[in-house]
Amino acid sequence: MNIYVLMKKTFDTEEKIQINGGVIEDEGAEYIINPYDEYAIEEAIKIRDEHGGEVTVVTVGDEESEKQLRTALAMGADKAVLINTEEDLEEGDQYTTVRVLEAYFADQEVDIILAGNVAIDEASGQVGPRLADRLDIPYVTTITELNIDGDTVNIVRDVEGDEEKIETSLPLLVTCQQGLNEPRYPSLPGIMKAKKKPLEELEIDDLDLDEDDVEAKTETVKVFLPPEKEAGKVLEGETDEQVKELVSLLKSEAKVL
Amino acid sequence: MDFNLSEDIEFLRSNVRKFVKEEVEPLAMKIEEDNEIPKEIVEASKDMGLFSLSIPEEYGGLGLDMVGKCAIYEELGKTHNGFTTLIGAHTGIGTVGIVELGTEEQKQKYLPKMATGEYIGAFALTEPSAGSNAANLKTTAVKKGDKYILNGSKHYITNAVDGQVFTVMAVTDPDKGAKGITSFIVEKDFPGFQLGSVEEKMGLRGSHSAELFFEDMEVPEENVLGEVNRGYVNALKILANGRAGLAARNLGSCEKLLEHCLEYANERQQFGKPIIEIQAVQHMLSEMTMLIETLRSLTYRVAWMTDQGKRVVKEAAIAKLYGSEVYNKVADLAVQIHGGIGYMKDYPIERYFRDARITKIYEGTSEIQRNIIANELVRETRK
Ligand SMILES: Cc1cc2nc3c(=O)[nH]c(=O)nc-3n(C[C@H](O)[C@H](O)[C@H](O)COP(=O)(O)OP(=O)(O)OC[C@H]3O[C@@H](n4cnc5c(N)ncnc54)[C@H](O)[C@@H]3O)c2cc1C
Ligand SMILES: Cc1cc2nc3c(=O)[nH]c(=O)nc-3n(C[C@H](O)[C@H](O)[C@H](O)COP(=O)(O)OP(=O)(O)OC[C@H]3O[C@@H](n4cnc5c(N)ncnc54)[C@H](O)[C@@H]3O)c2cc1C
Repeated sequence: MNIYVLMKKTFDTEEKIQINGGVIEDEGAEYIINPYDEYAIEEAIKIRDEHGGEVTVVTVGDEESEKQLRTALAMGADKAVLINTEEDLEEGDQYTTVRVLEAYFADQEVDIILAGNVAIDEASGQVGPRLADRLDIPYVTTITELNIDGDTVNIVRDVEGDEEKIETSLPLLVTCQQGLNEPRYPSLPGIMKAKKKPLEELEIDDLDLDEDDVEAKTETVKVFLPPEKEAGKVLEGETDEQVKELVSLLKSEAKVL
Repeated sequence: MDFNLSEDIEFLRSNVRKFVKEEVEPLAMKIEEDNEIPKEIVEASKDMGLFSLSIPEEYGGLGLDMVGKCAIYEELGKTHNGFTTLIGAHTGIGTVGIVELGTEEQKQKYLPKMATGEYIGAFALTEPSAGSNAANLKTTAVKKGDKYILNGSKHYITNAVDGQVFTVMAVTDPDKGAKGITSFIVEKDFPGFQLGSVEEKMGLRGSHSAELFFEDMEVPEENVLGEVNRGYVNALKILANGRAGLAARNLGSCEKLLEHCLEYANERQQFGKPIIEIQAVQHMLSEMTMLIETLRSLTYRVAWMTDQGKRVVKEAAIAKLYGSEVYNKVADLAVQIHGGIGYMKDYPIERYFRDARITKIYEGTSEIQRNIIANELVRETRK
């Protein structure tokens, strides 16, 4: 089977986000594999181990994405592809990413593509479904269980805490939700072996795209941090007085009533 | 001069750091309470490849140099020292003998299984009569046909309970003293091998040290490790090889303690401000940092010298000695900064304080390290 994973590097969840001159400060930041993409990588490896084939992890990123790709290879993926847009693109949005991926997949034989449900940085959840749409293959989002039998695929997906069971067929794109599996740690021998696995680097040129083809369709107007949490207020006095005060505060301060 | 680790080693290390933090550290208090390392941690460590640190690639290991090993030991030091000791004793004194002195057959037979952690390794030198004076062994090995027959006992042997493969030193020629000792590879299934009682220790809970009894234990001749009657020198070599690694483990524990202290000192309010704003506390933190940074420089320099093939007898002894003294001092300061809570069992600080203590005793006491350093000085200056 030709199994593909879409992977993005994101800020380490422990990083403090700082804004400098209207953009998020990334100087010296630690990056990780987007946690939802880890489920996708784990599932891809499991599918390969069960059904045979090859797992290729694809990312649209920059030079530094190599580290996350190496991690995916160390976990057990077979090949990695870095589509490096650092030099060609100033800014991009989901449209940009999907266009780049679409061009890449135009030349690939695909049985299944696995992506994260969302990337924890921008949390748009768009890239998977939009790519499937462009490739004209079915997609199922937020999956928590996946079984492949021939061309038939049985899926359980998470619908806001409820379950939905779906039967579909290959080729297919799925986006992975927490609960699908427990991603393995890259073992130390795995890391050593990963050094010898192929990591292909492409630029948008190689995909016959130029800057205009992938120009963002949206514009980020402003980036700001949420207001700092203030200390809570403890109301005192008799219960009915407290209730009165609470209602008046909800009206005057919180302005929710 | 370049103080950076290679990209590969940094990558290995960052993955070990993540593993330790997410899988081991959350269960550290449980290890302490149960005096047992949960099976799931041991199994996950095997999957992770932690048992293969010292083993060459051709036998299924990582083939790391000493600098690489130290970088990983440093990360392993950042959690429960009982866990660190299980891995440390296996990958250090437990496997190094076979790696350095084993025949091709011995390596083929034992190392691949030791790399996966299927076989856990241990090192059995110490006896009631032979502690610092390691040449004063009473365990005897008498050749009989194509076997050696071993009789005697060992004590304080780390990993004895779960150990499968032991590097054992025994007397083959009683008239020759230190030059009449031979090392053997002993499997726990050899007839006549018996596990004695497990020690109750001050610390290092979860790591078990025990007695061993050999009663007419049969060891096949092909399990002689290195040359006959070279066992004492072999033992010293194996111990010397482990010294930088122990310093690195201590370094990691010190770093973890500093991290705890910084977090606590920022949080803890006395006299209307966080205690990190009090100069006396600041000076303790400075002291800890200074000790940690000097230990770091020393440890990695010794590791680097080892990789360059230089003689490191003196330097390794200094690293072992200094590493244990720094760890004890840092642990003491950490208790102090934490005040009352630093003395309490529901907080990890007192555990490090107890666990630090053993590092001045095992793998050669501080006094023995001082003797080694002095002997080297004499050797270097005597014409
Ligand atoms: C938790 C633990 C784990 C251990 N694990 C192992 C293991 O896996 N394998 C193994 O073989 N051993 C192991 N040991 C044994 C350890 O190496 C010895 O305890 C250590 O070498 C000291 O020997 P001893 O206890 O007999 O003390 P002694 O040698 O009796 O020393 C008592 C005191 O006298 C001092 N002293 C002795 N001789 C001299 C001298 N010549 N000059 C200056 N001072 C001297 C010592 O420094 C010490 O302060 C372990 C011990 C412990 C406590
Ligand atoms: C086993 C035990 C028994 C005890 N028994 C009793 C008892 O019977 N009765 C009782 O009342 N209390 C008792 N205590 C409490 C004990 O007296 C306090 O733990 C001690 O005074 C330290 O206070 P703390 O733990 O709050 O630490 P903190 O005061 O928070 O101190 C934390 C660190 O900050 C330093 N520090 C704080 N302020 C300053 C400053 N201004 N200048 C310089 N350094 C500063 C401290 O020296 C320490 O290093 C006991 C504690 C223990 C552990």
